[in-house]
Amino acid sequence: MKLIFLLTALVTVGSAIATVSARKILHAALWLVLTLLGVAVLFALLEASFFAVVQVLVYIGAISILIIFAVMLSRSSLVDEGSQTHRRWWAVAIVLLAVVIAWVAALSLWPNWSTVSAALPAGAGDLATLGKQLVDPNGYLLPFELSSILLVAALVGAIYTAVEKKAGQA
Amino acid sequence: MSFIADPINFIARWLTAVLTGWGASASVTQLILFIISAGLLAMGPLVFTILLIWVERKIGGRFQDRLGPNRLGPWGIFQPIADMLKIFTKEYITPIGADKVPFNLAPILAVAAVLAVWAVIPLASTVYGVNLNVGAVYILAVGALGELGFIMAGLGSNNKYAMLGGFRVVANLISYEVPMVVILLIPIMFSGSLGMNDIASSQTTWNVFLAPLAALIFFITQIAENARAPFDLIEADSELVAGFNVEYSGLKFGFFYVADFLHSATAALVFSTLFLGGWRGPGAETYPVLGFVYLVIKSAIIYFAILHIRFTIPRFRIDQMMNFNWKFLTPLSLVVLVATAVLDKLVPIGQTLLRVGVMWAANLLIWLIADQIVKRVSKRQAVPEVAQPRPLARPPQVKTNDATGGEA
Repeated sequence: MKLIFLLTALVTVGSAIATVSARKILHAALWLVLTLLGVAVLFALLEASFFAVVQVLVYIGAISILIIFAVMLSRSSLVDEGSQTHRRWWAVAIVLLAVVIAWVAALSLWPNWSTVSAALPAGAGDLATLGKQLVDPNGYLLPFELSSILLVAALVGAIYTAVEKKAGQA
Repeated sequence: MSFIADPINFIARWLTAVLTGWGASASVTQLILFIISAGLLAMGPLVFTILLIWVERKIGGRFQDRLGPNRLGPWGIFQPIADMLKIFTKEYITPIGADKVPFNLAPILAVAAVLAVWAVIPLASTVYGVNLNVGAVYILAVGALGELGFIMAGLGSNNKYAMLGGFRVVANLISYEVPMVVILLIPIMFSGSLGMNDIASSQTTWNVFLAPLAALIFFITQIAENARAPFDLIEADSELVAGFNVEYSGLKFGFFYVADFLHSATAALVFSTLFLGGWRGPGAETYPVLGFVYLVIKSAIIYFAILHIRFTIPRFRIDQMMNFNWKFLTPLSLVVLVATAVLDKLVPIGQTLLRVGVMWAANLLIWLIADQIVKRVSKRQAVPEVAQPRPLARPPQVKTNDATGGEA
């Protein structure tokens, strides 16, 4: 189990790095797919099968494919030339390293750091509970509705930008 | 339980007994069984495809008033095997400028995505790959990986026709996924579970009787997701040579070929599981092997329907295809979903006949209204006239008395 986790983590992080360092934007998109697949495997390892499947369906099936579609509609090979690093990359590296060290130190001081959480009881991954929580006023109704409003706004915006203006209208 | 009633589990138990007799621990025995069954579940469909290719070519031949394969073996049944051997020996050609990794990964992904669907389909009441509690969503997710394979093929080939095929794949598959997902909610709603096993076993009345219109829409979207005729714009030979797979040769092309044939058989299997009760039938619970026979019969009927449509209906234009999906199927599926959900709660579960009657009436009403709306709209959209008199594609030297035709 630990071995699978380590392998998955390695692949996920590796492909994430490849995503930002790939010179062809199309390769970056394909590496991103691998990264998201790695995250889905992590969900599956945590026995959250619904999230694993939805991760694949939404992020790979919809978002990544739309990214690739957008790339395809633009120039056929968006190749990034020139240096990929900032002039002061070493300064950023030092700051980030300090942050990571501080973070790990703070976490290791936390007493619950090494406690292993108990395995989920059977039936804990019940989807009905998730669904009820999403429409429960005491649960997550407000965030759920807010996100749907956000999506509707995005849809309206997309239609407004895409609609063909009639002649005579600016 | 005897060998006749449930052969697969009988063999599995026998193998377990043998392995434990040899001194293997329980976990090792299970691992060995898992590996064997996974291998069988992956190889079975692939071998089965050889037969499918023959069936499709033979039936296609009949539809087009020819004989189909008829030379090798009785009724030409060994023709696909000869074809397979030929395709093994062909040369692999990688075009110059091709993106090597996506180009070579694409055929594998296309086949793997189809094979992965078989893991969650209950072949009989006791025989299934895995009883995943999110099976229905898993099928959609795996389908998305298949789309990715087609896109990678289109993009990696460094060919304009393949690229255009890739464009069309995305447009086609992404759009038709929308009504498909909406309609998929209806069998899930009836069974109260996302698992394919629960959906199959909960259908005391087949879902097709409770939601006929939903079944029809699902069937259409499945054909579109397969990119089968009349939705086969991605490989429209008259426009795109061969579409996304134009640069592939040898076994790599064979992979796409297999994926295509296997995909429609898998679609038939998924449809039978979701709407035709899967393995359910008289005596299927006591004799699981009967359930498998029922599933095969149901799938064969659906598969024949897919073939019938493929060989009789001409290909859509891309705008027609998009209009059909976004302006007709998507709104219709939303209406069907809401109506079915409300009626499902209104009519008590016990009264099967009443439920079926109410559902059919509601579906018929929705269908009639949709039909009327489509007729009105299409009447209003007159064919635009480009010039007066209407130009006709007629060679100028042809002399006619008609004022609009050629030089008189």
